[in-house]
Amino acid sequence: MVKINNKKLAKFLGFKAIRLLILLIVIAAISFIMIQLSPIDPVKAYLGQRIVSQEQLAIMGEYWGTNLSLGERVMGWLQTLASGSMGFSLIYRVPVTEVIMQKFTASFTLMIVSWIISAVVGFGLGVIAGAKEGTWIDKAIKTYCYILQSTPTFWIGLVFLMVFSVYLGWFPIGLSVPIGQLSDTVTFWQWLYRLILPAITLSIVGIASLTMYTRDKLISVKKSDYFLFAQARGESFWGIIKNHGIRNILLPAITIQFLSFNELFGGTILVEQVFAYPGIGQATVAAGLRSDVPLLLGIVIISAIFVFMGNLIADLIYKYVDPRLRGDDDE
Amino acid sequence: MAKLLEVNNLSISFTQYVQGLNRHDLKVISDLTIDVAESEIVAILGSSGSGKSLLAHSILGILPYNSHVEGEIKYRGNVLNQELKEKLRGNEICLIPQSVNFLDPLMKVSEQAIGECKDEKEHAEKKIKQREIFAKYGLDESVDDLYPFELSGGMARKVLLSTALIEDPNLLIADEPTPGLDKKSVDETIEDIKNLKENGKGVLLITHEIDVALKTADRIAIFYSGYVIEINTVENFKNADNVLHPYTKALINSLPKNGFKLTEGVQPLDVVDGCPYYENCPIRLDKCENNKPKLVDHNGVMIRCFNFEEASDES
Amino acid sequence: MSEMPWYNRGLFSSLNLRQKTLLTIAITGLVLAIIFICGYMIDANLPTNFAIKMKPPSFEHPFGTDWMGRDMFIRTLKGLSLSIMIGLAASIISSIIATILAFVASVNKYCDSFISWLIDLFASVPHILLIMMISIGLGKGAFGVMMAVAFTHWVNLTRVLRAEVLQINTSEYVALSKRFGKNKLWIAKEHILPLVLSQIFVGTLLVFPHAIMHESSVTFLGFGLSPHEPAIGIILSESMSYLAMGAWWLAFFPGAALLIVVLLFDIIGDNLKRLVDPSQAND
Repeated sequence: MVKINNKKLAKFLGFKAIRLLILLIVIAAISFIMIQLSPIDPVKAYLGQRIVSQEQLAIMGEYWGTNLSLGERVMGWLQTLASGSMGFSLIYRVPVTEVIMQKFTASFTLMIVSWIISAVVGFGLGVIAGAKEGTWIDKAIKTYCYILQSTPTFWIGLVFLMVFSVYLGWFPIGLSVPIGQLSDTVTFWQWLYRLILPAITLSIVGIASLTMYTRDKLISVKKSDYFLFAQARGESFWGIIKNHGIRNILLPAITIQFLSFNELFGGTILVEQVFAYPGIGQATVAAGLRSDVPLLLGIVIISAIFVFMGNLIADLIYKYVDPRLRGDDDE
Repeated sequence: MAKLLEVNNLSISFTQYVQGLNRHDLKVISDLTIDVAESEIVAILGSSGSGKSLLAHSILGILPYNSHVEGEIKYRGNVLNQELKEKLRGNEICLIPQSVNFLDPLMKVSEQAIGECKDEKEHAEKKIKQREIFAKYGLDESVDDLYPFELSGGMARKVLLSTALIEDPNLLIADEPTPGLDKKSVDETIEDIKNLKENGKGVLLITHEIDVALKTADRIAIFYSGYVIEINTVENFKNADNVLHPYTKALINSLPKNGFKLTEGVQPLDVVDGCPYYENCPIRLDKCENNKPKLVDHNGVMIRCFNFEEASDES
Repeated sequence: MSEMPWYNRGLFSSLNLRQKTLLTIAITGLVLAIIFICGYMIDANLPTNFAIKMKPPSFEHPFGTDWMGRDMFIRTLKGLSLSIMIGLAASIISSIIATILAFVASVNKYCDSFISWLIDLFASVPHILLIMMISIGLGKGAFGVMMAVAFTHWVNLTRVLRAEVLQINTSEYVALSKRFGKNKLWIAKEHILPLVLSQIFVGTLLVFPHAIMHESSVTFLGFGLSPHEPAIGIILSESMSYLAMGAWWLAFFPGAALLIVVLLFDIIGDNLKRLVDPSQAND
């Protein structure tokens, strides 16, 4: 059904790749400068209240690189980048790429599961609210979204923990892996069981924005001339919603869902912190609090790529699925 | 000939919110009376953007929620309430919409002509019929798979007409069928509409192009500032002396073949107490300022003017 | 049939929509002002009383007490007022940034593409992560988190203002002014600024709820206000340690109070937007 012009696609992707490269360089540079300018001393931040001797302090200064000048630090960082690695994580003591690979995989499942939940539920609720505009069910859905949009994600997580884990005891408190077990020996069901609460929490905020978007889109479709004409032709209400409404809002809704990768990643950081889920979010917080600069920079870059991919997919959907744009050969 | 459609004293108004959220009522159609018989084409002629389309929407029961409707609409003698409208629209009464905007932008045109179907069997039957109608209007099979945005103006017009004919309706409402078309397509459209009449159908033609109305219709209703001010036969429109209302006379005189005599003044936008044409009228009476004339029968011509109301009283 | 928001139906049905909207704004504003002033007047150093530590909600302590016997209601109130203050400062700063950037974008084509690129850049990193980074760069604390929130929330308003300025710039009277030899700064000051002022005002209010939420989120993660400050984020992150013990009130009430404040700001912003731009009310 979808005819793809390979040459055009290659050109488009090439153009996007260059953009991404420039973006990553600028982001990495800004982030690096920002952290280096920070008045927070990483050694002190790492030690917290502990008291150590001068010698130990000197060793730690060397480890963190605080004894080097800003110029030396920039050079060192550029050298590592030039050699094609992202350096060593200071707190995990393994290469940054390894930490990110492991943590990001865990988070990716969490994010994808909640992304799918919020897409399905959000779109469904949006269609119902939009179709039934002005009725009590629309008002209920709207109120629900309105309140959820004003609710901090991490507080929802806390409330869920209190209700489902502490009060009802259905789920464990924190930790995605049972204590005393290695993460690779966890069964699928154990893992899924521990994924439920964080995934639902993370999906809730996404549901609210997608529902409101879908609702508004459907209402504007309901005001369109073609919706009016379909009514004038005697088509049934739900038939029109199905044939013309969903047909016209599905594409923008999917697009908006891909554009939500930004909020998804941000939400993950908070949700993982609440549920002690060992993913990229926890690594981010740890890296930030304990000044693990290489890891933090690596995470910023991977998050930028993640968000970029979402935007790219959204772009591609519009360019190659919408028949109105598919035909245009000029850029 | 049996009357298909009768509209009596129809008024449509809207509630709006303007800056600062103050309420504002807007009257678009006032006291409109008109009828259409079988094998007859009746045109409603009025300037563009004056709300004529709302008459069509009202007949089909698709007015927006913030509208307020008074008056009565009958189809074959039965009062058209919302329930009956919903039953009849799409099969007995069909709309030929204004533009390609009335087609779903993401649906192939053949599917749109076919419309909603209960099952595969119905779809297959309608598919054959759709092909027949498309072929009749010279749309070959490649057109079936096009999306609305890919249609040319003339093709779009024919597709829109086809959507109305697939159910074989008795009454067609053509809403501004000609704007934006080239001369050839306009003539074809006029022919197409006239053919409908030959097949015994009634057509309510809503247009702002006097030329199209003159070439197509049997009777023409003049729509001015929300009111129908005159309904006259197309023969009488050939000569300015045979139409009654001063505005209609001015309109005919402004035609190119009659020397472009342009009339002064604009249509009032606000609600006025008296005759809407009072400001511009050459034969106005004193009472025209504060009293509204009614639409009355004057020797078979419907006219809204005190000059003729009195004349008919005397006779 | 007119569509009215759920919160101003029913109770005042005799009033028209304009009066209802104004009344909603007034009442909401008053509630927020009371919360802010009460919180502001409270001394940050609450008395500790270990005799009444970890008490569930009661008449004396409607939100319960914490592990040091401090009244949670007072702590919450103080936290909210702190949040409002930081949110206010952050939204004003971000609106100023947005206004400046929107005007810079209107100078010429290159400036415009630069601003567009800047918007893309800021949208390309997750918000929370960006706030964390900026806050770290500025040394955390109230100043760090305030600036971090301000520097990440100008994007939407800049987009709106940029479009608006572009539209005004192509209008007849601006073209006329240009022909009369007025310079760009004069046009910006005399023609454009007065027209976009209401947009800026509404835009600032719409940023407010996000600013408050992001401040508390980042503080919760440990990148915002210091643990000695009575912030909602700090209270909630403290409460994590006592959740398993069943001290639900430590997390529930402060979070719910924050939600209500954010919601109230949302309502004010929405209603003001409706007053300024009535097209939504016609739906």
